[in-house]
Amino acid sequence: MTEKLKLSRRQIVRGILATTAFGLTSKFGTGCSSQSGTGQTSEDEPLVVGFIYVGPKDDFGYNQSHAEGAAAVAELTGFKVIEQANVPETQAVQETMREMIEIDGAKVLFPTSFGYFDPHILEIAEEFPDVQFFHAGGLYEEGMPANVGSYFGYIDEAQYLAGIVAAHNTKTGKLGFVAAKPIPQVLRNINGYTLGAKSINPEITTQVVFTGDWAAPVKEAEAVNSMVNQGADVITCHVDSPKVVIETASKRGVFCTGYHTDQSALAPEAYLTGAEWDWKSIYTQYANWVKEGKSLMNGDIPHIVRGGLAENFWELSPYGPAVSEAAKADAEAIKEKFADASMVIYSGELKDNEGQVILSDGEAYEQQAIELETTDWLVDGVQGSV
Amino acid sequence: MAQALGWWGVPLGIIAGTFRGSVPFLFVSLGECLTEKSGKINLGLEGTLLTGAMSSYAISYLTGSPWLGVIGAGLAGMALGAIHGWLSQQPRVNDVAVGIAMIIFGSGVAFFLGKPFIKPSAPQLPTIDLGNWSNLTQVQAALKISPLFILGMAIAFLMQWFFKSTRWGLYVRAVGDNPDAARAMGISVFKVRMVSIIVGSFLAGIGGAALSLYYPGVWTERISSGQGLIAVALVIFARWNPIQCLYASLLFGGARSLGPALQSVGIDWGYYLFNAVPYVLTLAIMIITCSPKRRLTGAPGALGTDK
Repeated sequence: MTEKLKLSRRQIVRGILATTAFGLTSKFGTGCSSQSGTGQTSEDEPLVVGFIYVGPKDDFGYNQSHAEGAAAVAELTGFKVIEQANVPETQAVQETMREMIEIDGAKVLFPTSFGYFDPHILEIAEEFPDVQFFHAGGLYEEGMPANVGSYFGYIDEAQYLAGIVAAHNTKTGKLGFVAAKPIPQVLRNINGYTLGAKSINPEITTQVVFTGDWAAPVKEAEAVNSMVNQGADVITCHVDSPKVVIETASKRGVFCTGYHTDQSALAPEAYLTGAEWDWKSIYTQYANWVKEGKSLMNGDIPHIVRGGLAENFWELSPYGPAVSEAAKADAEAIKEKFADASMVIYSGELKDNEGQVILSDGEAYEQQAIELETTDWLVDGVQGSV
Repeated sequence: MAQALGWWGVPLGIIAGTFRGSVPFLFVSLGECLTEKSGKINLGLEGTLLTGAMSSYAISYLTGSPWLGVIGAGLAGMALGAIHGWLSQQPRVNDVAVGIAMIIFGSGVAFFLGKPFIKPSAPQLPTIDLGNWSNLTQVQAALKISPLFILGMAIAFLMQWFFKSTRWGLYVRAVGDNPDAARAMGISVFKVRMVSIIVGSFLAGIGGAALSLYYPGVWTERISSGQGLIAVALVIFARWNPIQCLYASLLFGGARSLGPALQSVGIDWGYYLFNAVPYVLTLAIMIITCSPKRRLTGAPGALGTDK
């Protein structure tokens, strides 16, 4: 009887070693670190805030922009920030959230990647009703758990300005846009960029290449190369890390505009400007709300927070050396209109690139328009389809 | 100024993609070819590729010399190969299982040590410009060929000659086809396999250097996205023949640029399909070449057995 169950000491040791080794190596991919707020008193328990990123924190892109926001929260008094990078949009993020809540005692979570929301955040939010979840993407809808909030900025405003600058710098009248996936946020950026360029020269077209993946370095480089071959001479992108796109464009001797963060260091000559996120102000805002005792569950914090330049959701990279004074003047004039929220990007008559009328004469979509949240069309002048 | 190429952009894009994208496939598949000829499988080359990409980028950044980076990538690959070579030859150890562990280990090491190098820009390998005869900038850009590509081609032919015409090549084939006979001849099966695996991993490491120092020329954690594993499948497709490994790598490098090239001329339907071409190719080839009745021609006899 006992013969069957008998394991030798060696087998047990081997098993333990193997599992430890596996655990160690699989943890290698995920860097976990914590930053403490300065100046908190010992009797005052700091509020634990967790940030989760889909990629590395210094990727010149989406994750870095959020990590900079997290760093701003860590600076505040009375907060402890815990972070985990490289968490895939799978069951893994649920484990990470659970760990942050149960082991680190996090009360507020910022799982930043788009794909974390449904179903992962929604499931965990049901499970921990006293923890607040804030997600970047503006996906909150009525009927979702009360402790889930959503925020997003109208960064297509910044893309509009980048489009203006691009229009001044293109000689061929063809712009190139490397896009990851055809989701509303990406399509809005393509539309904003194109409309900005067309406000300077209505003949300009934007070529779009979808890579199908948030991070696909080889395909992104191929996309840039093939668009430059087709005559595009200003390139921009909406992918997780624009580094490959910017460097490849600069190698091919064309201009580029950045996204997420400032990439001018990668291509000092070719970089015109860029649409950067400014999560610092919104994260500080959320942190202060929670500190004051406000919460999503009581209804003190709105479930959806959105804004543009007026609300400090984005900023524009400093203009590069190739940007002319005329281009700067045009961009700055519109920027001022964004700052006092008097600018409307989408106004009639507006057609999509299949000739269908989106807005007829006299109609307009304000930035807050709910129709824009579900954009599934590309404006006239974009070469590409969803 | 560059003018638009129109439809000519598609073949040009594919040709350019073939030269640019095939280098990592070429090195990894040659490395795997050597390894499998000796009768062991090394699935861990995906991890080796990542480690090679990371270490070459790091060394190139720290020393300023990309060629040192290439050598460093090879050495880092050898270290991983030594682990695999020793572990997979222990009694009752399955080489496929060790390989999967080595994928996790290799990528873990690369991600862990590579953190500080995501941000900086490292000096890139020089390219050989074969396109200067043309006044089209597109052609010039397409024909910027990496010296690593030339090197890889040379290695493919050299390896073919090595297997066919040298005593050492015969040893490797003997060990892979029939270890018992090799043992009877007085060859150390362990040593031959160890050397084959280490040299194979050296090549795979250099494949990683091609990714981070030539094309696309950055170090990120998603740089390989499964190319190491595809390259292992390529070896089966190439029937364990180094020259055919070269052709297979060219085909896969070119197939990958099909999606972007077509979209940029306005074929914008079905890009997910075009992007999947390399994987569809792999599947198709597997289906065409498999048969329940016979072994694959050219497969080393001891491959996948416990001998």
